[in-house]
Amino acid sequence: MAETAQYRVATATRTSRAGLFVLLAGVVFLATTPLWGGRAEMRLVVEFCYFLALAQMWNLLAGYAGLVSVGQQAFVGLGGYALFVFSIWLGVHPLLALPLAAVAAALFAIPTALIVFRLRGAYFAIGTWVTAEVYRLSFAQVSDLGGGSGMSLPIGVIKSVAGSRAERELVVFAIGVAVAVAATGIVYWLLRSRHGLALTAIRDSEPASESLGVNNFRTKLYVYVLAASITGFIGALIYLQKFRIAPDAAFSLIDWTAYVIFIVVIGGIGRIEGPIVGTIVFFILREFLADLGSWYLMILGLVAVVVMLRAPQGIWGLLAARFDLHFFPVQRRLYRRDGSPP
Amino acid sequence: MDWVNAVIQGILVGGLYALFATGLSLIFGVMRLVNIAHGDLIVLSSFLCLAIVSGLGLHPLIVLLIVVPVMFAIGYALQRGLLNFTLGPDILPPLLVTFGLSIVIQNALLEIFSADSQKLPAGALQTASLQIVEGLAVGVFPLIVFACAIVVIAGLQFLFYRTALGSAFRATSDDPDTARLMGIDNRHIFALAMAISLAVVALAGVFLGMRTSFDPSIGPGRLIYAFEAVIIGGLGSLWGTLAGGIILGVSQIVGGKLFPGADQLAGHVVFLILLVVRPRGLFPRAVD
Amino acid sequence: MSLLETSGLTAFYGDFQALFGIDFAIGEGETVAIIGSNGAGKSTFLRSLTGLLPNAAEAIRLKGQPIGDLPANRIVGLGIAMVPEGRKLFPSLTVEENLKIGAYSGREGAWSVDRIFQLFPFMTERRQTPATALSGGQQQMVAIGRALMSNPDLLLCDEISLGLAPTVIKDIYDALPAIQQAGTTVVVVEQDIQQAMAVSDRVYCFMEGRVTLEGAPDELSHDDIKEAYFGLKGAA
Repeated sequence: MAETAQYRVATATRTSRAGLFVLLAGVVFLATTPLWGGRAEMRLVVEFCYFLALAQMWNLLAGYAGLVSVGQQAFVGLGGYALFVFSIWLGVHPLLALPLAAVAAALFAIPTALIVFRLRGAYFAIGTWVTAEVYRLSFAQVSDLGGGSGMSLPIGVIKSVAGSRAERELVVFAIGVAVAVAATGIVYWLLRSRHGLALTAIRDSEPASESLGVNNFRTKLYVYVLAASITGFIGALIYLQKFRIAPDAAFSLIDWTAYVIFIVVIGGIGRIEGPIVGTIVFFILREFLADLGSWYLMILGLVAVVVMLRAPQGIWGLLAARFDLHFFPVQRRLYRRDGSPP
Repeated sequence: MDWVNAVIQGILVGGLYALFATGLSLIFGVMRLVNIAHGDLIVLSSFLCLAIVSGLGLHPLIVLLIVVPVMFAIGYALQRGLLNFTLGPDILPPLLVTFGLSIVIQNALLEIFSADSQKLPAGALQTASLQIVEGLAVGVFPLIVFACAIVVIAGLQFLFYRTALGSAFRATSDDPDTARLMGIDNRHIFALAMAISLAVVALAGVFLGMRTSFDPSIGPGRLIYAFEAVIIGGLGSLWGTLAGGIILGVSQIVGGKLFPGADQLAGHVVFLILLVVRPRGLFPRAVD
Repeated sequence: MSLLETSGLTAFYGDFQALFGIDFAIGEGETVAIIGSNGAGKSTFLRSLTGLLPNAAEAIRLKGQPIGDLPANRIVGLGIAMVPEGRKLFPSLTVEENLKIGAYSGREGAWSVDRIFQLFPFMTERRQTPATALSGGQQQMVAIGRALMSNPDLLLCDEISLGLAPTVIKDIYDALPAIQQAGTTVVVVEQDIQQAMAVSDRVYCFMEGRVTLEGAPDELSHDDIKEAYFGLKGAA
């Protein structure tokens, strides 16, 4: 014990404290949009926030739990439809329907997981995609939800959020910013908890972690259901902003998973900062290239391919290695008690 | 007789699905690579054929003589120039690179050919059919496709289990390092596997385009059918893949008859049920 | 001139250095044994010779030609074949297919499937059997046959007696004279010192990635070997 007493395990570094400051400034900047921006800016920030939150969830799955899902659109769609079902059919207040959508997504995620967890690696990825297709085609069959052409939120439901349009937009905006912060915070908290170590162990070596007593199945299930539930919440929020839902858009692979994968890969997979950097890059690229139509997607795909081949740690990985940056201290570092590095 | 007809149609469609699936199964068998762009490469072949057909005015089946070697070459180059660099213990790079590739191909096709639905002109084959008994006729073209699927699978089976190249494929799949000690250049073997995979993809793409209309967005759907056929049949089993394709085809057509408009859904649901009941597929390979 | 020569050969696994400047030479027709304890670097040395571990071109010379930077799949065609530790037969190939794939490099020579069957007669009966369904000793013989099928000038045998019963080990080593008579130069890596001494013209002893002793078996005293093998007296 005398040996170990010389060391302490720490996760915070000087740059992590500086990073926290930068992040807080960023959050304040986004949160004060209504003070300096108009409706368009607010919509853009909400969109930024839900892409960031979706990216955090996908990164949690693929970057930490080794669950490369190509079917997260299933939970965006389920969350969106849950909002419509709860608020129209059951008369629930739409804001209460958001957390209920998260619960519904979690409930659907459990049987989904039990099926797709039978597949490994890349086949798991396509398996999640099939289940998302099953949900899309199933909702298209429900004529009470508008079938394949979808439906709109009735005016009454929309008005129940808040009386005026400005107020409604403010509510959606506030929830959007909160959900991005919360999604980032939850991933951070999860990685700092003992689950974080278990996840790192699974990602690094699945058989080895099993032999060390980490219950892979339970840990993975837990993470999968958690990510699904938050993704469901985001889905409900997206459709509270859009007012109109249809199966093809709600369960769109491109919109809710492909973009998100590109965000995480370009930003840096397996790092909390990755989705943040990736979302910023994604929105900048979109500002400049969205007019190019299909060229835009081609460029995005090519950038992701090049990043994966040349710099698999992503933009943040490059920056972090170059400047020793760790805004979110989730790595456990070993220090001598006297402060010198080991 | 309606139901018998539906089942027969389903079986024949299954031949096409088996052609979708064979290439996917083959490269997974040799190098554990799952090509997410597989479906888009099928559609790319359809468009390639379309471009040549409209340029030269030839019959699509004759154009196969061009499309198959071109896709073979594309497969070799793609593996040698790009995908070989993604192989390794980490499954993310091949998955995400082929995913990126899928998006790139889809949008390139969209840019070149627009989102319009296209169809390859099959001529008289389109409507030709054989009357089996009163009220039961089978299309000649679906029969040709099914026969081709059997020939392709038998051919690959022969290649894999009766030739020196097949031994090299299996040896590399078993243990790439030891295969190198035998003088086998893994990069070349992997590239050949992808080339063969895309040659089959070319065949599948042309048949697809002659059978139904297609547009740049339908690739992922074909990937999913291919994937389902592979998993139902059992990883690594080529004849299993044919069985998987047939089960999928019959489920879709019979399901669509029972619940109009739900043919795709019926196929997926049967797949998921089989995944739960037989997670290793119908014909699992003894050595994994 | 030596058939094969290394000068200052090093090897790394990431940051870990496994070999520290190995100087080694073997003449045509000679049989050399490499002994040493676990982790001494013997297998790493063979992996370097076969090209599985990359090196500088000049570090390894075969008949005077630098080959250190060639990939493994080129080396075998130049005449170096390996019987890898743990045999590493291809499980999806039959006995006969395992032998035939040994000839993949296409080197001309005296060895053929039939001649391997003469050397190890049990194989004739089992040619269609999946290779990994055989007993350990039989698998080892297939692995040796597979390496011979490339008609090598130099045959590297990594721990071919490991985990086998003494009678089986004797059967395997009984095949050695036939291999040597065919003009093949042989390197055996052995943990069993007695066995190594019995079959070799010269012995190298490795310890912690260095050569600690070299010489003909009858010139080396028991104490020399003990010292070189275990590093007693702190002589390393």
